[in-house]
Amino acid sequence: SALAMSSAATTPPSVDKVDGFSRKSVRKAKQKRSQSSSQFRSQGKPIELTPLPLLKDVSAQEQPELFLKKLQQCCAVFDFMDTLSDLKMKEYKRSTLNELVDYVTVSRGYLTEQAYPEVVKMVSYNIFRTLPPSDSNEFDPEEDEPTLEASWPHLQLVYEFFIRFLESQEFQPSIAKKYIDQKFVLQLLELFDSEDPRERDYLKTVLHRIYGKFLGLRAFIRKQINNIFLRFVYETEHFNGVAELLEILGSIINGFALPLKAEHKQFLVKVLIPLHTVRSLSLFHAQLAYCIVQFLEKDPALTEPVIRGLLKFWPKTCSQKEVMFLGELEEILDVIEPTQFVKIQEPLFKQISKCVSSPHFQVAERALYYWNNEYIMSLIEENSNVILPIMFTSLYRISKEHWNPAIVALVYNVLKAFMEMNSTLFDELTSTYKSDRQREKKKEKEREELWKRLEDLELKRSLQSDGIIPT
Amino acid sequence: SCSCTVVSKQPLASKMAGADSDDSLYPIAVLIDELRNEDVQLRLNSIKKLSTIALALGVERTRTELLPFLTDTIYDEDEVLLALAEQLGNFTMLVGGPEYVHCLLPPLESLATVEETVVRDKAVESLRKISHEHSPVDLEVHFEPLVKRLASGDWFTSRTSACGLFSVCYPRVSSTVKAEIRQHFRTLCSDDTPMVRRAAASKLGEFAKVLELEYVKSDIISLFTALASDEQDSVRLLAVEAGVSIATLLPQEDLEALVMPTLRQAAEDKSWRVRYMVADKFSDLQKAVGPEITKNDLVPAFQNLLKDCEAEVRAAAANKVKEFCENLPEDSRETIIMTHILPCVKELVSDTNQHVKSALASVIMGLSTILGKDNTIEHLLPLFLAQLKDECPEVRLNIISNLDCVNEVIGIRQLSQSLLPAIVELAEDAKWRVRLAIIEYMPLLAGQLGVEFFDEKLNSLCMAWLVDHVYAIREAATCNLMKLVEKFGAEWAQNTIVPKVLGMANDPNYLHRMTTLFCINALSEVCGQEITTKHMLPVVFKMSNDQVANVRFNVAKSLQKIGPVLDSNCLQTEVKPVLEKLASDQDMDVKYFAQEAISVLSLA
Repeated sequence: SALAMSSAATTPPSVDKVDGFSRKSVRKAKQKRSQSSSQFRSQGKPIELTPLPLLKDVSAQEQPELFLKKLQQCCAVFDFMDTLSDLKMKEYKRSTLNELVDYVTVSRGYLTEQAYPEVVKMVSYNIFRTLPPSDSNEFDPEEDEPTLEASWPHLQLVYEFFIRFLESQEFQPSIAKKYIDQKFVLQLLELFDSEDPRERDYLKTVLHRIYGKFLGLRAFIRKQINNIFLRFVYETEHFNGVAELLEILGSIINGFALPLKAEHKQFLVKVLIPLHTVRSLSLFHAQLAYCIVQFLEKDPALTEPVIRGLLKFWPKTCSQKEVMFLGELEEILDVIEPTQFVKIQEPLFKQISKCVSSPHFQVAERALYYWNNEYIMSLIEENSNVILPIMFTSLYRISKEHWNPAIVALVYNVLKAFMEMNSTLFDELTSTYKSDRQREKKKEKEREELWKRLEDLELKRSLQSDGIIPT
Repeated sequence: SCSCTVVSKQPLASKMAGADSDDSLYPIAVLIDELRNEDVQLRLNSIKKLSTIALALGVERTRTELLPFLTDTIYDEDEVLLALAEQLGNFTMLVGGPEYVHCLLPPLESLATVEETVVRDKAVESLRKISHEHSPVDLEVHFEPLVKRLASGDWFTSRTSACGLFSVCYPRVSSTVKAEIRQHFRTLCSDDTPMVRRAAASKLGEFAKVLELEYVKSDIISLFTALASDEQDSVRLLAVEAGVSIATLLPQEDLEALVMPTLRQAAEDKSWRVRYMVADKFSDLQKAVGPEITKNDLVPAFQNLLKDCEAEVRAAAANKVKEFCENLPEDSRETIIMTHILPCVKELVSDTNQHVKSALASVIMGLSTILGKDNTIEHLLPLFLAQLKDECPEVRLNIISNLDCVNEVIGIRQLSQSLLPAIVELAEDAKWRVRLAIIEYMPLLAGQLGVEFFDEKLNSLCMAWLVDHVYAIREAATCNLMKLVEKFGAEWAQNTIVPKVLGMANDPNYLHRMTTLFCINALSEVCGQEITTKHMLPVVFKMSNDQVANVRFNVAKSLQKIGPVLDSNCLQTEVKPVLEKLASDQDMDVKYFAQEAISVLSLA
């Protein structure tokens, strides 16, 4: 943010007339913003590191000792918002980190037991920090450029080093688990909120490796991801790393043993489904839909609760989200078993019928595309007795009323398909269309009368209790 | 599954006390059909009129049939559930009064466990409301077991809801039950779900208030200390607020030992969110701990917050500068401000972050009342001047809007001499909100400076605003003229501003011609009959021939407005013909407003 400030200060006082209607991206000058981590420690003291010899220049026996010393040196954290301070030492640390990355990749026999705590300490000192406040409250991940981490030149190498360390052939989880523990994982998960996509990408790999190598931490990691998601859905609606965490979960779900544990089913129904309600769904929808489909491929019996959940949270006003829901539903229908389909077809097609008659043509169009899907078509055909009566009214009405000619054309095709599937029922519905509408209207009138009488009663009661008319 | 699904063929009238036999012959099934309507919107409408349905059923059937139905069908859209949760909080009379209020607990208990936060919160709110309607016996028999069930629920939602219910039942139950409640609260404070710990932390202060002092010291303090050092900063920051509440409950001599170590640690927490919270609650904290601790602990802590590395924290602290200084102990107030606070404030004036500067600008003027005339002139005035020239308009705006408090301390002469150049510059500021703030300050300035000084330095500015390109500024400038005439009198108006205003009637820009009319509307009454008739009216008449319809219909509006100032002869012989002519204008709107004026002025 300091960069943004200083550049604002050098521009002349603006006499621009902002009309207030231009897009945010146009109004905002495109500038690379960067931020430092929010470190609460005394600043301004120069950092002095005594240069050490290169690892390759000392004997094999001396290397482990020197490796430790270098790890200790790299615990020093520099202020990257101050682009002028400690230049020499920053460069020294960068080259040392580079050397360490190479060293853990190619060396053998370097990983002594004493090295583990030092590695974890160095990584912790560098990556664990309170993330700074977001630059603007209205940060819109779809429109705004992310704020980049200023200390990336060092941070990237630390992550790189850590991943090589975890992937190293000599790496022994049984020793490392003393240091890479629950507290470590908790802090790692908090970093997924980083605005910098490069950092989140590294974190994804790190967490994936830890999940793979530390069996004892798996349940804990899943539980903490649960907590992050629940907080995201029900408390803050803000967390930058949802897509990355879902991506990891996608492969975790893939590895679940059958039959699924209750814990996993609960995660699906109580966490993954509610994630659909979040405003920023578009940022992680692909990963989320992948997780859902993974679950259904594991256990088809989950189809009904999943689809009912989606119907419960069906978007009321956001057409863009509605299109995403329809896309996800098609992915689910692609893998649905016919026996499961029968269980949910009624509520499902009531919703699809509403989508088809949406005045937003992209929603209507997306729903009508289902009829181009051969597998879905075969399911509809098998169950046309149930589905046709649900869909008929909407289709018939749109074919006469929809404003968009492309939609009307699509609807004609759908009606034609239904006619070919089940001509008897189709004719019957066509002939009773008018009388059905009249019956509906009559029912509506009866409702109104009922409520009117109820309200009269209430009015009378309140007058009685006020003593205005005698009881 | 519940009794209400059986269609009742019996009319309800016999069971409804006090209802006429003609009324409400509704089987419950019909009503419940309404609550089950397929259309969510209709279902929602029905739920919102649940009280009407209950009324139609009468208290007994509401208890035995409607409530079990509602309890069983709790799975619905969150919007419907929210409406239900709210309705049930006002249902006591509809189930037969306090004697039966516990019937409402089962549906509310279910609602308190759902996922959606707003539904749950509303259910808890309703539960808190009806808890007061329970007798002490019912509270122990029905309500407290519900709280316990929620507190030991499997899923975090019910435990979260339980946190909000402890404080309402604690004061009215026996000491055995009290001990149980304290135990449950303790358990939730160390729940392994952070959502529950956050809920507990946010209710800790409220719960402490209903506890006996001995338990505050023994139980609450340890919970507070634990939550304030939680691994998640979202929990720690909530503990800060609880700490403030707890501090108000403890006797002064216990504060240092019981809460200060934790609060000191919070002010230096590694997470900026926690430090932000401390800054945000600083005034409350100051009041809670009293003058001695303020002097020894809070002053240095406040300095640190003002110098925090995170702008968010500095802004929150800057917002509290005035309040903090005001509440300092009187004996050492000035010294503390001058030696400890002011140096930090001086640095903040040139902070790199505009939110910090703007937060400071919104309160800094308040310091002048505290520091008095000499200190203000010597130390604060240079800061105000710097802020008036700040690159950020919000900073300038905040300073201008608070000029009056400085005015009271150092007097207008002094103020105007130092600030006038800056004010003149701001009168032409590129941001119209800044110009607006200056205009609004003008009548006060004029009144204090006197007519001579005004004519010399400010008059031309006031006239320039009349032709500003922003309507809000022209409008404010018009209103400003009226206030100036109220201060300086009609004669001054006639000599200085009326000629200029009337001159604009010949402007090529129709917007400026309309400004003449708006000014006349505003000025006619304060200027009086003579000036209005002699000088303004002829111009208005002339403008009735304007080629722009908007000007013509504003002529009609102006005539309607200034009519009451004119004498009846003038109205009949001069105004009436003009309005009649306008009433037959080609333009629809001109006709409309002319006819309206004719009827309002009774000229028909």
